[in-house]
Amino acid sequence: MEASTYIRRGANGRITIKMGSKSERVMTWTVTLLIALTIAAFYFFDYTGLDLSKAIPETFYNLKKMFLAPALSHFTWGQAFYQMGVTLGLAFLSTILGAAIAFFLALMAASNLSKAWISKTVRIAVAFIRAVPTVLWVLIFAIAAGLGSEAAVLGMLFHSIAYLVKAFSEAFEEVDQGIIEALRATGANWWHIVVHAVLPSTFTYLLSWTFLRFEINFSVAVAMGAAAGAGGIGFELFMASGFYFDLSEVGMITYMILVFAIVLEILSTKMKERYFPAAKLGN
Amino acid sequence: MNEKTMKASRKWQTLFFVVLIFGMTLASSAITEFNIFHGLATLPKAGAWIFSNLLITQESLERLPTILEKLLETILMSIAATTTGTAVAFFLSLMGSKTTGTSRALGVFARFVASVSRNIPVVAWALILLLSFGQNSMTGYLALFVGSVGFLTRAFIESIDEASQSAVEALRATGATYFQIVFKAVVPQCLPQMISWILFMIETNIRSATLVGILTGTGIGYAFDLYYKTLNYNAVALVTFSIIIAVIVIELMSNYIRKVII
Repeated sequence: MEASTYIRRGANGRITIKMGSKSERVMTWTVTLLIALTIAAFYFFDYTGLDLSKAIPETFYNLKKMFLAPALSHFTWGQAFYQMGVTLGLAFLSTILGAAIAFFLALMAASNLSKAWISKTVRIAVAFIRAVPTVLWVLIFAIAAGLGSEAAVLGMLFHSIAYLVKAFSEAFEEVDQGIIEALRATGANWWHIVVHAVLPSTFTYLLSWTFLRFEINFSVAVAMGAAAGAGGIGFELFMASGFYFDLSEVGMITYMILVFAIVLEILSTKMKERYFPAAKLGN
Repeated sequence: MNEKTMKASRKWQTLFFVVLIFGMTLASSAITEFNIFHGLATLPKAGAWIFSNLLITQESLERLPTILEKLLETILMSIAATTTGTAVAFFLSLMGSKTTGTSRALGVFARFVASVSRNIPVVAWALILLLSFGQNSMTGYLALFVGSVGFLTRAFIESIDEASQSAVEALRATGATYFQIVFKAVVPQCLPQMISWILFMIETNIRSATLVGILTGTGIGYAFDLYYKTLNYNAVALVTFSIIIAVIVIELMSNYIRKVII
């Protein structure tokens, strides 16, 4: 970071001294650009059929009905919990399978445990997979693999793998190089190094990242139910709002999702504080 | 407890953990009617289908201008939702942070608002807002906006608490007013962190915008849904490919900015 000082005398004789650096310039540019794009966005928006004077009071009325008078009318509590179980099941399956596959791919992607070209190939493939939104994966698999939970799990699995490979391989790369060298000097092979050096020192990180992904996958599973017809509570939410227009039911389902999401968030925050205080949530 | 019993109890712990994970996997498979072997068996078939059907052809390239216009709409929507969300999240995080918070009640209020808006998934917000706002960009924008406020408030509170403790104390000792403290200590200290979070939010929002677009009938999500439902798989491939390019370009740009400012 190179700092440079500008000293300038203005027309009125005032002297201004300004310290500037590349990082400051980039920040100014970023902020300016984002503000300009935001203004452009509001200009370009498609406002068809929007009547703010009607939409805003209506939204408040809807929110009031949803949150103050929640009720289930098209299915029972038992079914509601069953659907919640389906959503949790989808999230759990894609997380656990994703973690297992990501573990091996991350070993290949970590630059200290693998050859340069393998690590590069895996990284590029993972970046590519991550760039496609999950819903597109699920919809593509729905035709490619036939509809059903397989499509949903496979679609979510793809994104989970891409996310976890990035997180895991970064954890692997932070393993003390000295430990690996010491083991290598004793004649340990690659598997010995992985099992006795890499795994013990990164296990808690892997666990926390996996749990974090489970938390994300829960809301993804809700979304997939609503947008890709993958079943579960998200699908019920979609039906209640899009087909029955039953606001009380929408409210009840939203409450259920909210409670589960908050419990998961509290658990993962606790886990994060315990195992890695300097956590990043990066995707 | 000697070493031997410790080792044994650890072994039991590991065993319990493995059995638990295995049991939960089986239970999840049962409830979702997912068969892992069948799932894995369809994977090659699915791959073959993707490679033989999802091809960009000359004919689909003719639709490129429409697709790019939709993509631009989605990107602008994500950016607008993030920046306006940032403005709200900034004030909420000032209220919610321990360093800059003025009263307990306001702090609790800010944290509550953030928690509710972040833990209700963006899809749910989109479906709720769709009822009153109808199918236009505003619905998607508002859904993303609410989600961004929730997430950014939490991130900003963490950044403020982490970065500006000592600077705030120093300024307070000089008798600076509240807004002087905020703009001369908190903002300069946290700006790089905050910009990094904003960029991360934009990336996330572009992905969610696709999903929201499918539900609200706007942007690239709508284009995808339209071609998908009319079985025009070549156009589907083109839409997917343009999203990949856009996301990767934005990721590279924000990685560059992050590298320079932090």
